[in-house]
Amino acid sequence: MSTAETVREIVAKHGKLPVDVGSIADDGDLYSAGLSSFASVQLMLAIEEEFDIEFPETMLNRGTFASISAIAKAVDTICAEQQAA
Amino acid sequence: MDAQTSFLDKLFDRGILHSSGVDGLYARSGAFEDVIRRFEDYVLKIGEGETSEAMVFPPGMTMADFETSGYMKNFPQLAGTVHAFCGDNHGHMDLLECMATGKDWTEGQKRTDLALTPAACYPLYPILARRGPLPEGGVTVALQSYCFRHEPSKDPARMQMFRQREYVRVGNADEAIEFRETWKRRGKEIMDALHLPAHVDVANDPFFGRAGKMLGASQREQELKFEMLVAITSSENPTACMSFNYHMDNFGKAWGIARADGEPAHTACVGFGLERITLALFRHHGLEIENWPEAVRATLWG
Repeated sequence: MSTAETVREIVAKHGKLPVDVGSIADDGDLYSAGLSSFASVQLMLAIEEEFDIEFPETMLNRGTFASISAIAKAVDTICAEQQAA
Repeated sequence: MDAQTSFLDKLFDRGILHSSGVDGLYARSGAFEDVIRRFEDYVLKIGEGETSEAMVFPPGMTMADFETSGYMKNFPQLAGTVHAFCGDNHGHMDLLECMATGKDWTEGQKRTDLALTPAACYPLYPILARRGPLPEGGVTVALQSYCFRHEPSKDPARMQMFRQREYVRVGNADEAIEFRETWKRRGKEIMDALHLPAHVDVANDPFFGRAGKMLGASQREQELKFEMLVAITSSENPTACMSFNYHMDNFGKAWGIARADGEPAHTACVGFGLERITLALFRHHGLEIENWPEAVRATLWG
């Protein structure tokens, strides 16, 4: 499964969105789809657990969690850095 | 000695505040209270024509409303809840025995229906919700409460128990935002009238933990909170003496406050840190109120 597909599953489970996640494109804005600040935090924690990563503080902002592809890109960046280290 | 401790000691020496032995918990002198009273009168006059009603709250709120507020999600480290002895004779003897021998006597304390109010406007929302839908145009409430935050500090401007005076606007999004912008402007005019050097800046609440970093960044990005900053014990880290907050429909939804059209209410508040503003006046104009600039005295004492 691609990173984006896994992220999509986690968004469906933890995003508490009022709409079906299937109707949101990978680059669709999750906030305008109804993602609350608190749900975005739960999403962050669930993603950290799933991928066994920790978001650096510089990534803890709205932009990182604005869309499924933005989250997937952040996850890939962190994973690549962890492998390089 | 750092600037915070030195200013606090001066306030103690002059009898403006009195130490309790616990950081952040102080008795106030008559002179200190007089400044607070005058400032409140001044601010109340400014908003007089727009206020639907006034309320003053005790320093506690119901545990149920405290839970609804979501405070424990965001600021568990700052919260205080009220616990009390609810045992029998036997339990009382155990308690006295623990006290006499210096052991922890608080183990048997049980939760009550009360929490200490963490933010002055929280007790208002459930009252409004119980009344049913808001009138057309919403409401504006002037209120005041003692608040508690568990953050002991030598900084006299960071008390554990302090008062906030607030105006709260409850209506639609446009009304809430317009209210906040109006008070940002008025807040600066108030500081100018008090000859206090101040500026407004975007801010975030001290959300707990790593999740809090994200909530804080999000709050700043959305420009939901602004503060009026004044140097009291440090010019690098000035103190927020007022705050201007737009809560979107968070509280409207949490407590079920409906507008006249049935939609969840949007809320905004302006908060005046009464002790902080008073401390800023003492810091900038001196510890002798009689020697404060004539214009400042005229603003407060008329």
